[in-house]
Amino acid sequence: MTHSAAQISYLEDGHTLRSWLLTTDHKRIAILYLVAITFFFFAGGFAAFLMRYNLISSHGLLGSAETYNRLFSMHGILMVWFFLVPAVPVTLGNFLTPLMLGARDLAFPRLNLLSWYLFMVAGFVALYAVLAGGVDTGWTFYTPLTSLYSKGHVVAAIIAIFIAGFSSIATGLNFIVTIHKLRAPGMGWYRMPVFLWSLYATSVILVLATPVLAMTLLLVAFERIFGIGVFDPAIGGDPLLFQHLFWFYSHPAVYVMILPGFGVISEIVPAFSRKELFGYKFIVWASIAIAVIGFLVWGHHMFVAGTSLFSAIVFSLLSYMVAVPSAIKVFNWVGTMHKGYIHFDSPMLYAIGFIGLFTTGGLTGLFVAALAADVHLTQTYFVVAHFHYVMVGGMVSAYFAGLHFWWPKITGRLYPEMWGRAAAITIFVGFNLTFFPQFVLGYLGMPRRYFAYPQQFEALNLLSSAGAVVLAMGYLLPLGYFTWSLLYGERASANPWGATGLEWTTPSPPPTENFAVTPIVTQAPYQYEQPEAVIHE
Amino acid sequence: MNGYWPSATVEGREVDFLLLALLLVSYAVLALVFGLILLYMVRYRAGSGVSRGARSRKTWRFEISWTAATLAIFFGLFIWGGDLYVRLFQPPADALQIYVVGKQWMWKVEHQGGQREINALHIPIDRPIQLVMTSEDVIHDFAVPAFRIKHDVLPGRYQTLWFQVDAAGVFQLFCTQLCGVGHYSMTGEIVAMSQPDFEKWLANGAGPEGHEDMAAAGKELFTAHGCSGCHGEGGVGGSPETTGVAAPALSGLYGRSVRLQTGATVTADDKFIRDCILTPDKTPVAGYPQIMPSFSGQISEEKVLRLIAYIKSLKSGSRT
Amino acid sequence: MSEAAAHEFQFSSAEHQRETAISGIWLFLATEALFFGPIFLAWIYARLADPSAFDSGGRQTELMIGVTNTALLIASSFAYGIGLACIEFGSRRGMVLGLLVAWALGAAFLGLKFGVEWRMDFEKGLFPGANFSVHGPSRSGAQLFFALYFFSTALHGLHLLVGLALLAWIISKARQFTAERHNSVRVVGLYWTFIDIIWLILFPLIYLIGRAS
Repeated sequence: MTHSAAQISYLEDGHTLRSWLLTTDHKRIAILYLVAITFFFFAGGFAAFLMRYNLISSHGLLGSAETYNRLFSMHGILMVWFFLVPAVPVTLGNFLTPLMLGARDLAFPRLNLLSWYLFMVAGFVALYAVLAGGVDTGWTFYTPLTSLYSKGHVVAAIIAIFIAGFSSIATGLNFIVTIHKLRAPGMGWYRMPVFLWSLYATSVILVLATPVLAMTLLLVAFERIFGIGVFDPAIGGDPLLFQHLFWFYSHPAVYVMILPGFGVISEIVPAFSRKELFGYKFIVWASIAIAVIGFLVWGHHMFVAGTSLFSAIVFSLLSYMVAVPSAIKVFNWVGTMHKGYIHFDSPMLYAIGFIGLFTTGGLTGLFVAALAADVHLTQTYFVVAHFHYVMVGGMVSAYFAGLHFWWPKITGRLYPEMWGRAAAITIFVGFNLTFFPQFVLGYLGMPRRYFAYPQQFEALNLLSSAGAVVLAMGYLLPLGYFTWSLLYGERASANPWGATGLEWTTPSPPPTENFAVTPIVTQAPYQYEQPEAVIHE
Repeated sequence: MNGYWPSATVEGREVDFLLLALLLVSYAVLALVFGLILLYMVRYRAGSGVSRGARSRKTWRFEISWTAATLAIFFGLFIWGGDLYVRLFQPPADALQIYVVGKQWMWKVEHQGGQREINALHIPIDRPIQLVMTSEDVIHDFAVPAFRIKHDVLPGRYQTLWFQVDAAGVFQLFCTQLCGVGHYSMTGEIVAMSQPDFEKWLANGAGPEGHEDMAAAGKELFTAHGCSGCHGEGGVGGSPETTGVAAPALSGLYGRSVRLQTGATVTADDKFIRDCILTPDKTPVAGYPQIMPSFSGQISEEKVLRLIAYIKSLKSGSRT
Repeated sequence: MSEAAAHEFQFSSAEHQRETAISGIWLFLATEALFFGPIFLAWIYARLADPSAFDSGGRQTELMIGVTNTALLIASSFAYGIGLACIEFGSRRGMVLGLLVAWALGAAFLGLKFGVEWRMDFEKGLFPGANFSVHGPSRSGAQLFFALYFFSTALHGLHLLVGLALLAWIISKARQFTAERHNSVRVVGLYWTFIDIIWLILFPLIYLIGRAS
């Protein structure tokens, strides 16, 4: 590959469809993924919109429980595997990892492209499953409902998730090797930005846990197609075995979803507080601790499932342990703001929103980790609100924060800041209106996955659905102004935020090879010494 | 917080107390975090001119202290929750046992006296009630929010939960494990009444086939399905001389330890007896030929429960 | 046309690229271990539930075919190793010969396993389902054994098929390899050996343990 002296931006380096579909440039692949992820976010979001519409009336406005069951199942499947798990790693992760490391690309660029193709194939199979009628088993696929009783397109959905799993494993593998092998000279492990540590922890979980999911889903398909008794007791199987295998993957999966978000926040808070990240090493090791302990808590999804008292007690204790590193991170972010010089640009507004919403969600995790409290709260809207606070209030806010922070770098354009702030606030308000009432609903006993429900829960449901309208508007706004910015946005300089990090030393957008000369790293990250100065030239 | 809604059981009120404590801890942490963020947003905003002064270099003191505090509070919550949970799932020995079978999409209840109900459960107040539950098909979950209690109901095995209600009333019952299209409609009522009212209900409340004491019904099944042919009348056991086959005695069996041919020792609980009836190859008892036929497909879950009730009633020698 | 670059642009040297590729394949093999791991765990779990019934299934496997197949795969890895040694000394012809032999032995394994052994298993009525030929108390345990047998051998066979495709690809690109540059041969070699190792674990589970009791 020739290195031209006049560096063409990666966006200009080839205009044909072929140059995009056969690219091995990590930045272009990130864009390809961004389009797909955005599509799935809105597809899953549309399903949610229909669900909230249904729940306006206690009789179920959609009229059909079968439809409703399929909607919440597809909402879960699309959001978990086609949005939350990939989102930050494949878009921001792909784009930024080489840049932050001072490298020219990932270790295995062709594998990266293969990941995208696998994801797209999986996505098409998932879309087929949806359009053919979907599944009604919930995203959790419990047996024997799924293996023997469900009439939905279970096998198609399983195939889609199976293929998406391979895409994840390939991406995770690529990141791990890249971070080990392609760091710029002088960048020791403790000089890496926290975002990369988060991606590293995420990737380790991905490569270790996803194969187990793949195997479990294959076994379910096997049972469904051939009638072999693996999970169904009527033919000699064990339904709890499925739950253990499923949650063994799916609990670490939620840390896959949130850890990259933590990484994004750890980049944004120092940048907009103009201050070094408080407790860098603690934050770094907290991420590793979350990844490790996260593998040991899966049983907390099964406190009323029929496991032994002893196992329930062990899992409850471990679940409290895994909450500690997250708490440390929250305190450290707040500590970073202390005596800083705080700016309120959109990325920071999203980040502050994240800290508030994630902390709320995390605290409600303490409720469900407490065994006796979980008995009452599990399988109700309380748990639904809990995981939406951490996943949506947390992770989606972090994703948006990252998109806004690195948008100028990725596209070379500035988005209109006023609209960015308006969207951040709308999302924060709409989110709380939608999901806070659900904590109350859950305490009062409203079960989840109910197409129609007792009259007494109607008022709170109406409030929640009204909030969903506000939230939807909040999510649509960036779609509008980001698209606008691509055509009419002001051109961005190399470092519009005055942030530290090697990615900000390249032009916006960067040239295909990222760095004409490999940078040499001489200091720790987040060296924000002066209030307004730009550090790296 | 609006919506406080008292529980009808003592344990339920203890759960509420724990929930309140969790709420207070959460409020405290949120107040701290939100408070500090708001404070910093104002005090340390970029243009604010406030002196930032020297920054503490020794951040690890803060780190250790808030980590330790967090660990301590979490550990306390864990102990509290765990202790209450153990009590929530250990029924008192004198609890009144009632049998529940969940199926798509209804709850079938049977009292020991044979009274049957669908989607309803009548119980006396001031007495511990233990439910013995199974499913005929997929996993369901028997949930009574007013008692702050629920448990999954699995096919092929028995689960129990218990509660003691201290005020008469009608309480909502929900299925809370997705079980198909009718999941949302698998609801019912727990009707708690005073002991005299309950006795009256028992006397009058009958299932469609009339009611008969579960153990008595089980005794009829025991004969009708030929169990006494090998195990002897009254389950006294069989031998080549008396019944033509060696078959274990069932009187006094319930609750005892049993040695299997594989060398393992198990307790003869409800599940063991069910397994013996439906999948005898899985439970070959040491010292007896493995020739018991399987009754799988011939006996419904409710009939199995009646047979179990009968076998439970067979104390060594006499029937209580 | 300029000379082919000594290494791809994101690496600082050919050595760097080689190290990275080897790290990558090792990590990939770790994920494969986690993929096959649950099957071995399921095997242990299923056997513990009902050892005598499970083993009765194990006694119905075709021991001779299993032994022959094991020999074929071990020989195949050996041939590959020779091929790799040849290219490390610069002999392209030796490499191609070794890899061709490895390919042929691997293909023979597949033919024997799926063309012969599976056919015999089907004819004996050993595929789980309504027509499973074992009846009586051992039926469910034996059925579970054969469910795991078909599942794991199918998965292993699929991996072997992918391995054959990779081998064919390496052989077709033989002209590009030199004593200094033959990363792909090393990487595929590691994969090939791994498939072999998986088989070496499956072999006793399928053919030996049931017969030992």
